[in-house]
Amino acid sequence: MAQHTAGHGGHGDGHGHEQESHGSLKSYVAGFVLSLILTAIPLFVVLNEWLEGTAAHVVLLGSAVLQFIVQLVFFMHLREEKKPRYNLMVLLLGIAILVTIVGGSIWIMTYNKVG
Amino acid sequence: MLDRIKEFASTFFVTGDPLIYGADVAIVMTIIAVVSVLTYFKRWKWLWSEWITTVDHKRIGIMYVIASLLMLFRGGVDALLMRTQLAMPNNDFLTPEHYNAIFTTHGVIMILFMAMPLMFGLFNLVVPLQIGARDVAFPFLNSLSFWLFFWGAMLFNMSFVIGGSPDAGWLSYPPLSGKAFSPGVGQDFYIWGIQISGIGSLMTGINFVVTILKMRAPGMKLMKMPMFTWSVLSSSLTILLAFPILTVTLALLFIDRYFGAHFFTLDGGGNPMMYINLIWMWGHPEVYIVVLPAFGIFSEVVATFSRKKLFGYKSMVFALMSIAVFSFTTWAHHFFTMGSGADVNAFFAVTTMIIAIPTGVKVFNWLFTMYRGRITFPTPMLWTMGFIPCFVVGGMTGVLLSVAPADFQFHNSYFLIAHFHQVLIGGVAFGYFAGLYYWWPKVFGFKLHEKIGKWAFWFWNIGFYVCFMPQYALGLMGMTRRVSTYGWDTGWWELNLVSTVGGFLMGIGFLFQVWQILHSIKFMERDTTGDPWGGRTLEWSIPSPAPHYNFATLPVVTGKDPWWEEKLRRERGEAPAPKPPLEPIHMPKNSGIPFIMSFCWFLAGFGLVFNWLWIAIPGFVGVAACMLAHSFNYNTDYYIPVDEIERTEAAARRAV
Amino acid sequence: MANGNAHAHTHDDGHHDLESLRLMGFWIFLITDCILFGTLFATYIVLHGNTAGGPTPAELFKMPGVIAETFILLTSSFTSGLALLSMNQGNRRGLIGWLAVTILLGASFITLEVTEFIDMVHEGATIGTSAFLSGFFTLVGTHGLHVSLGLVWMTALIIQLARHGITPVTRRKANVIGLYWHFLDVVWIFVFTIVYLMGVM
Repeated sequence: MAQHTAGHGGHGDGHGHEQESHGSLKSYVAGFVLSLILTAIPLFVVLNEWLEGTAAHVVLLGSAVLQFIVQLVFFMHLREEKKPRYNLMVLLLGIAILVTIVGGSIWIMTYNKVG
Repeated sequence: MLDRIKEFASTFFVTGDPLIYGADVAIVMTIIAVVSVLTYFKRWKWLWSEWITTVDHKRIGIMYVIASLLMLFRGGVDALLMRTQLAMPNNDFLTPEHYNAIFTTHGVIMILFMAMPLMFGLFNLVVPLQIGARDVAFPFLNSLSFWLFFWGAMLFNMSFVIGGSPDAGWLSYPPLSGKAFSPGVGQDFYIWGIQISGIGSLMTGINFVVTILKMRAPGMKLMKMPMFTWSVLSSSLTILLAFPILTVTLALLFIDRYFGAHFFTLDGGGNPMMYINLIWMWGHPEVYIVVLPAFGIFSEVVATFSRKKLFGYKSMVFALMSIAVFSFTTWAHHFFTMGSGADVNAFFAVTTMIIAIPTGVKVFNWLFTMYRGRITFPTPMLWTMGFIPCFVVGGMTGVLLSVAPADFQFHNSYFLIAHFHQVLIGGVAFGYFAGLYYWWPKVFGFKLHEKIGKWAFWFWNIGFYVCFMPQYALGLMGMTRRVSTYGWDTGWWELNLVSTVGGFLMGIGFLFQVWQILHSIKFMERDTTGDPWGGRTLEWSIPSPAPHYNFATLPVVTGKDPWWEEKLRRERGEAPAPKPPLEPIHMPKNSGIPFIMSFCWFLAGFGLVFNWLWIAIPGFVGVAACMLAHSFNYNTDYYIPVDEIERTEAAARRAV
Repeated sequence: MANGNAHAHTHDDGHHDLESLRLMGFWIFLITDCILFGTLFATYIVLHGNTAGGPTPAELFKMPGVIAETFILLTSSFTSGLALLSMNQGNRRGLIGWLAVTILLGASFITLEVTEFIDMVHEGATIGTSAFLSGFFTLVGTHGLHVSLGLVWMTALIIQLARHGITPVTRRKANVIGLYWHFLDVVWIFVFTIVYLMGVM
């Protein structure tokens, strides 16, 4: 609140006139096209039964993760963040914990199946 | 008609126990007393405009502390009731059902409604002052967090006289907590009380992360932050990664109970073990959430009263942050006996042992800070001295418990009870007491009476060991947790009796603290220096209590102990840096929305507990209306003019 | 500041920083929401094999509807980006227009999803049928609830934009909602992959 100098906690990077010049039409279109492709790939893989088992899982999850990155970069403009890149750091920490809890739960519960 | 009302009342209100009737009377008397005092002194408007609608972090902090001390009282009474029941074999002071309810509410209240709000109170009272900020990043949200906690706590505590308390343990494991085995409303009170206050906790976590990352005074780089602020950052990060898990877990339990879903039921393919897995994914980080700020407090206290800078600053930061991250990798050690297989148990045993390392590093840092310091022992330092040996022993027994094969013996025995009380009382409670004593003069402008405080400390400290050391032995002798009574043939009664005596010694310690606070309010002299302990960090550079904008001009920081360095410069006769001219200060306006919105949450929760949609739906509508009202309100801030700042500063006898 | 408070204008700078704080706060909130969905995903993955004699994913899911939902939401993510693009060019009408398109797309997504749910319930697949369906309805329903809230919120933003124009405050609100919408699209990608595609595989 009321911190005219907020956001410059000692990093001395000028004043906060960050014009949010986020993205251009070109980057949005590129992101959209990439997303469409990355949605179509797993769809074809599954509906046409091109792949099975582990290979299919890898392709499916890989496309989803890639699309996540595409949206982060082209739509959410993560790369444009100024230093210090707290948003990126918190995101990475969040993802690390997310992977831990989802992976850990699956691992722990494989030995505790019921039904 | 009358019969129907009678019948309703007999299920709606908890009946049949003289202890409860006593409590009913006490509650009604207290409410009448509070209402009449407020009315007699015409304080209703004052209460509304100065406190309920405030967005000032210092006032919110005070409200958190008051609420948490009340909760400490209730949780403490629960503890003493249990110890009384266990003092002798075959005791029938409490029925087994009543005993179940009491150990459940004791655990929930102490962790979620005592430790958490006391912690948030200290966050609010200290962090903005320590980093040279004028408020937290989101003052409106801060007020909302407090009121969500408050109404959540009220909802939970109501269960005691209305509808019946939850009685399935503090983490409410299904299938016991499911509809089939707990058909009453107790579990629903549990779910909604915690859910509502948990949303508040999550928002506080976000608030303090942004405050610390973005609102530090100019020049205060991350590696120049005071250690308490670091500990708050690590704790807040842990909150925002852990609390969503709790929200989901409780929501799933609610969906099971309310909509008949099959997440954790025994039929329909549900798996109660998944609940245990989920709740500990939150529950383990939760204990680090409450203990990390205590580590920060000890670091501040040790440095101040040794009159030395903190030893090993970087390793301390590293330890705090690595504990925060590793706290998410150890949760399965709470259920080694569930049968997740040797691989899982081995992995989680090792991670649990690893997390003891950074904790050990911190203990050495505190000891080295004291080494060759000019140590004095006022109450904050005494609590720190009490903490170190207590926490070391508690930590060691934790490492014993982390050995998975051995845990098959210790699991859910009194050995475990003794261990976690030793880290939670010895670590968290002692830590927050140290912090409360340390920052009390900053908040209220006078110190707490030292001599009474020392009595309180010794009663607590001795009482602690008398209470919990016997419990280690009892655990090894086979006494399991949550038993409401035991026979003469077990050979447990001597140690249990000793333990009960210890519990009451701690109760006397608490009474001393109450006396100390009341006595100090009446008799202690005002501190006019703003720096009664010889502090090192920015909060001591401004008058006590701090003016509502905190800093007239924002300080410029050059080192780790900015106020200490400033004092040294002044001693050397250097002229203080010229202060920039005053400017109008931008402040947020008070708002009644947080209080009203939280009350609507309370109504919604209450309605869902009893499945009375005619209360729940208006409650949710109220919540939505409050959100929209806030969104459409563009008149949320104002400026304090320069002459008002000058007047305030002059009144605090500071040259501007 | 649109209401021409001359005094406030000199403090535009302070206000600007305040809005960037709020944007960051929202980003962190989204990360907590990631954890929330992660927990729901974990629960679904652990329980999805427990159909308890009820329908299995392969029997239940009708892919054409789901594929339509996916592309509708993906397009709405794109149009919400176009809305922000208009905003950055100072084009209020474009901003409101693209937001309206986004709302329409979002509403059709929700309609399709609700229809899908109703069909399932009519076929006897309810939240109480099996652990798999409890997990399914809760996970997908939570996402749907997020989308619905987003629609209400976007409508409120359009009203505010019409009233106040593009100011630092409304600009921040639009940025926030843009982030929220992209985030929901990302969550849906994982719902689509893990629940639906892997379900029928």
